[in-house]
Amino acid sequence: MIKVHLRLLIFMCSFSLFAQDYFPTNSGVKATNSNYTALTNATIHVSPTEVIENGTLLIKDGKVVSVGKSVNLPKNTTQIDLTGKTIYPSFIDIYTSFGAKKPERGGNGPRYAASRSGFYWNDHVMPEQDVMASFKYDSKKASELHKLGFGVVNTHMPDGIVRGTGALIALNNDADNSVRVVDGETSQHFSFSKSVTSRQAYPSSIMGSMALLRQMYNDAKWYADGNIDTKDLSLEALNGNKNLLQIFEAGSRANVLRADKVGDAFNIQYTILGGGDEYERLDEVKGTNATLILPIDFRAAYDVENAFLASTLSLSDMRAWNQEPHNPRLLAENGIPFALTTHGLKKKNAFKTNLIKAIESGLSKQKALEALTTVPANLLGKSDVLGTLKEGSYANFLITSGDIFDKKTKLYENWVQGNAHVIENMNVKDIDGDYNFKLAGDDYKLSISGSTSKPKAKLESGDKSLGTKMSYTDDWVNLTFKTADSTKKEFVRVVANASSGNSLNGKAIMPNGNELSFYANKADKEAEEKSKDKKEMDSKSEDAFMSPITYPNLAFGFTEKPKSETLLFKNATVWTNEEDGILENTDILIKNGKISKIGKNLSDSGATVIDATGKHITAGIIDEHSHIAAASINEGGQNSSAEVTIEDVLDDEDIDIYRNLAGGVTSIQILHGSANPIGGRSAIIKLKWGEAADDLVYDNSPKFIKFALGENVKQSRSSRNERFPQSRMGVEQVFMDYFSRAKAYDEAKKSGKPYRKDAEMEVLAEILNKERFISCHSYVQSEINMLMKVAEKFDFNINTFTHILEGYKVADKMKDHGVGGSTFSDWWAYKYEVNDAIPYNAAIMHNAGVTVAINSDDAEMSRRLNQEAAKSVKYGDISEEDALKFVTLNPAKLLHLDDRVGSLKVGKDADVVLWSDHPLSVYAKAEKTIIEGVTYFDIEKDKQMREAVKKEKNELINLMLQDKNKGLKTQPVKKKEKELLHCDSMDNEHIAHNHN
Amino acid sequence: MKRLNKINVILFLLCITLGFSQQTPAPKQSNTIAIVGATAHIGNGKVIDNSIIIMEDGKLKTVADATTSKIDMTAMEVIDAKGKHVYPGFIVSNGTLGLVEVDAVKASNDLSEMGTYNPHVRSIIAYNAESKVVESMRPNGVLLGQVVPRGGRIAGTSSIVQYDAWNWEDAAIKMDDGIHMNWPSSFSRGRWWLGEDPGLKPNKDYAKQVKELNDYFNESKSYDKGSKDERHLPYEAMAGLFDGSKHLYINADDEKGITDAVNFAKSQGVSNITIIGGYQAADIADFLKQNNVSVMLQRVHTRPQLEDDDYDYTFKQAKELVDAGVLVALETSGQMERMNSRNLPFYAGTTVAYGLTKEQALQLITQNAAKIMGIDDMYGTLEVNKSATLFISEGDALDMRTNKLTHAFIDGRNVSLETHQTELYKRYSEKYGN
Repeated sequence: MIKVHLRLLIFMCSFSLFAQDYFPTNSGVKATNSNYTALTNATIHVSPTEVIENGTLLIKDGKVVSVGKSVNLPKNTTQIDLTGKTIYPSFIDIYTSFGAKKPERGGNGPRYAASRSGFYWNDHVMPEQDVMASFKYDSKKASELHKLGFGVVNTHMPDGIVRGTGALIALNNDADNSVRVVDGETSQHFSFSKSVTSRQAYPSSIMGSMALLRQMYNDAKWYADGNIDTKDLSLEALNGNKNLLQIFEAGSRANVLRADKVGDAFNIQYTILGGGDEYERLDEVKGTNATLILPIDFRAAYDVENAFLASTLSLSDMRAWNQEPHNPRLLAENGIPFALTTHGLKKKNAFKTNLIKAIESGLSKQKALEALTTVPANLLGKSDVLGTLKEGSYANFLITSGDIFDKKTKLYENWVQGNAHVIENMNVKDIDGDYNFKLAGDDYKLSISGSTSKPKAKLESGDKSLGTKMSYTDDWVNLTFKTADSTKKEFVRVVANASSGNSLNGKAIMPNGNELSFYANKADKEAEEKSKDKKEMDSKSEDAFMSPITYPNLAFGFTEKPKSETLLFKNATVWTNEEDGILENTDILIKNGKISKIGKNLSDSGATVIDATGKHITAGIIDEHSHIAAASINEGGQNSSAEVTIEDVLDDEDIDIYRNLAGGVTSIQILHGSANPIGGRSAIIKLKWGEAADDLVYDNSPKFIKFALGENVKQSRSSRNERFPQSRMGVEQVFMDYFSRAKAYDEAKKSGKPYRKDAEMEVLAEILNKERFISCHSYVQSEINMLMKVAEKFDFNINTFTHILEGYKVADKMKDHGVGGSTFSDWWAYKYEVNDAIPYNAAIMHNAGVTVAINSDDAEMSRRLNQEAAKSVKYGDISEEDALKFVTLNPAKLLHLDDRVGSLKVGKDADVVLWSDHPLSVYAKAEKTIIEGVTYFDIEKDKQMREAVKKEKNELINLMLQDKNKGLKTQPVKKKEKELLHCDSMDNEHIAHNHN
Repeated sequence: MKRLNKINVILFLLCITLGFSQQTPAPKQSNTIAIVGATAHIGNGKVIDNSIIIMEDGKLKTVADATTSKIDMTAMEVIDAKGKHVYPGFIVSNGTLGLVEVDAVKASNDLSEMGTYNPHVRSIIAYNAESKVVESMRPNGVLLGQVVPRGGRIAGTSSIVQYDAWNWEDAAIKMDDGIHMNWPSSFSRGRWWLGEDPGLKPNKDYAKQVKELNDYFNESKSYDKGSKDERHLPYEAMAGLFDGSKHLYINADDEKGITDAVNFAKSQGVSNITIIGGYQAADIADFLKQNNVSVMLQRVHTRPQLEDDDYDYTFKQAKELVDAGVLVALETSGQMERMNSRNLPFYAGTTVAYGLTKEQALQLITQNAAKIMGIDDMYGTLEVNKSATLFISEGDALDMRTNKLTHAFIDGRNVSLETHQTELYKRYSEKYGN
């Protein structure tokens, strides 16, 4: 009873504590409580690294006054005895939208202009947004968070690319915002996702978001320097917020790297919300130097009971289930700092389960505690008042029954700013356990659980389970249960006292009204727990299997990245693509990643010798027009998107990289799509399967940009017509306009005067300065001719026309202009503008002296480009040697890479393919595909990997079945699909229906 | 070479001035034609290295070894095909040629009808015999094909045509050969525009959809037995399935779907069953064999559906099914299926790189396709008394390197190998003088 009073007292003191001095009082006398509260005899985790046994925590006015083994208690101290209990600093969730108003969906249909004025030109940039403007404290959510151990959360508006400022809120249910708001402006927030409140079309892709952010920073500087006469409240806010913590919601490993790349260009180190898959590329993630905010929304096992459905589950998804819980450990082991968050959890109460799972997967308890206390406190610049229980800190702490990272530990109270929020009554005697009793000659077994929170009872007699209800208050148990005779509806009622030792004493009232004495004895607790622990240990050791992390982390990934070798191919038919032509019975030596020797009877003591008798060796295939290995293809939100680059959105986990290797492809140009006349910049990469995205890109890569003409850019198949141009006439004017502006921009830049840095104009100026080359999607002769004339007016040349299906009609003009053609072998009739596409196109252009390549624009065709080249032997009688060049040397020329790749010449990169047969034959298979001396595809190794994939999948399925049998939650199987990206694929489309 | 080209050009110009935008169908065979000396690929797995093939009145009169047969050819038109190859005309299974001219032009699209159950809808009457896409098949040896409606649960009724005709009646080889059905998929997709996860999840409505089909078949049978006072066109169209006059083609890809589909069809008393697509058919090849179910195997040049699938998954399925004794043809559906149907021989060629023999691969696009469609009495192989539908190629017709036609015959008619595309080729080659 005394204790209850104490609690009341504290409750009252909280009221007085938070009454503001200068606020009038009309509800009674103005009373100020200046008493102390001491929590004594507790194990106190002052910080993750400092523990005091049997210590005292003295608090007053919501703050820690003193903490230690012997603390002087002033006379007006109320003491709470916490013998046997543990105190932790309460947790901080740095990434929430707690109390923020849900943004409302606005408008419909794409629109190209901003809907606001006085702000930045893009609606999705809202640095001026302030979460506190619409903040509403949510005590229900706060109570949920209390149960998980959180005392303070940082909150923000989760909407838009720039989301404005966040605030730090103490989850103090018994105060008002004047007390709860620890800091109204702690952080500035970013993401790649657009605001739902605006339908402004730009940006429509991640690469567009990246470009937008970069331009915004450039503009903000230009604004700060006083170069803009008009008001831009967004840029003002952005500049004003720059000293706050900059938090970026990335949400995946790949986006973590992308966000960091944006920040690096402006010397901004974001703190980045990850996706839980960072373990797949630890080196790269570490290289960001960012502190991560980690969600722990580990996925449930998939329900694999149905073998048909299970067979559609991908190894990468299975592995994610198996490996995700190891993410925090692996990051910690690699010295990557992180805070933990509840963000991403559909059910917040999974937080503790998952946290324990992470610890079972090897995360140290100290690191876990740091990630929930000191790390977020430091990030927020609040380590003097948050994250530890040092003097002067907020009295934000947890009272637990023991180790907070133990499954069985109970969280009793969560104190915020000196205010207790009771989770479970720690003063109630815990009577959980199994009891045996006898009544009227029958033996009963009673199991009680949750006695300190929600008591539950199970009762068995003989083999029968009896319906029972239980309540437990003030040390008294009330139990009602059905009799074993199921034909009758009769109940036995029990009242028993639990205060003495390990038994329940009282009486039972039988259905007939007879009262019998009741005595239930607790079963041997220790023995029981031991066996339980042992069981858990057993299941733990089974869980210990962790799938290997491969590069990339999916089927056919490498456990170890393959290395460059010295290889000697003997006795092959070698297609040099040089003056030597096709050499029979020839050897080729690969060393240090280069072609070292070509000739007869070569030898090298250090080389692995490969007998290539009867086989053919060619240079690796180069695809001038590819859309694989990219997370987005189109930024169609504007008619020009020169500011975006595919290099920003490379996807190193695309299985099509491997499949292309299996078709002998070694280099590709990943082109932007054809949604707009001026598209984005290309990524020219080598298919180094297993390497990280940025390492795929060519060193000193030639600079390219995609342009497009015709039906796609004039939105012929869209029902809306809002975006200029809507006709081929308009397309020319788009180019005239942009190049005129770029010319003026370039002149201004070169004049040495200050100028507003514009990424789009920079790129277009590179074209004018012949530093960047255009590969232009094109179909009909009129537009092809037009673009050449536009270029000539600005004194540069178009480098490549891609698709160029009517190139044969203007081949002479192309030759005169000096532009190459990269075409399909035989596609046509898929839209009106390809009515006159003919498979003889390549041959006619070639015969007219145009440099011709055959490209894919398609992840399926690209793995058979040698066959596509062979079709020009059929259609147009091209020599076999020239035909092969259409997919090797010629695309290398078009990409300005022919000094490095495209032919077999001593000194060039060792990008070669070993074919089982004549390389232009439908019967030929790539047996080895080598890039810079590294064998990335080997048909024999592929066979072994197939077996390994099968084996690993079965192991993981077994583990998932075990999870299900244990009664753990499972989720339905989801079939993983890789959408096929083409020229007109948009980020927000989920299936690509159309082509090029 | 230049001179030769010039002569060619003049010849071509003549052709053009005489030509139409579509090539004129060839007239009926008037004189007997003998093809001598070619390697004849019969289409049933056999090869005659030095053959003599005689065509008369549109039919094959002789298919024999030239070294042993003594035939007087004085009255015949003789084609010396020494070093060349002769094949039966290739047959497109599950094709849609002639139903769409330009994919992106809606007005040119007659591929599918609205509604879910359309067994009465007939593709043949929409078949555009003058399609420029159709004529582009012939230069690759693709001379026949099925014309199949798409969409819905029951898409409609297909027919089989030859690719050199004045109109659809003229084109038809076999009208209304079968009904095409799309088996309910094991997966359904979340509606992302409603905020659902767009990924594929098990189809909750599967049982309901199968029941609906079952009901539809049952109703059709009941109607058939009744008075038919009030005509029900769709049910009427279904009758052929139960009397064996029509084939049931079921599109299904996954192991479970295929099994369910076959069991369903059998329980409904349908005897002629073919699975179209059959992505996982090889996994239950024995079951298909036992139930006498044939497969029109999905386009060989397709990406594997699942991330973990072997890179050559789609290349090697034919081999696995053939080895198990299943009757297999190659179908062409998928992106740009019509224009790409001319690559049918190379789809077959790819199955050779991944396990089949060349003659087995050939069967997939000749004899087997004809057997499944029920036109093997006349087409699919080079056998005496069958239709003289064949072509001569300078080399191996399954390899793009060597697939070069000199002649093609449909029912003995010497069909044009010129197309809209060859005309443009010639016109522009001439423009540049090369």
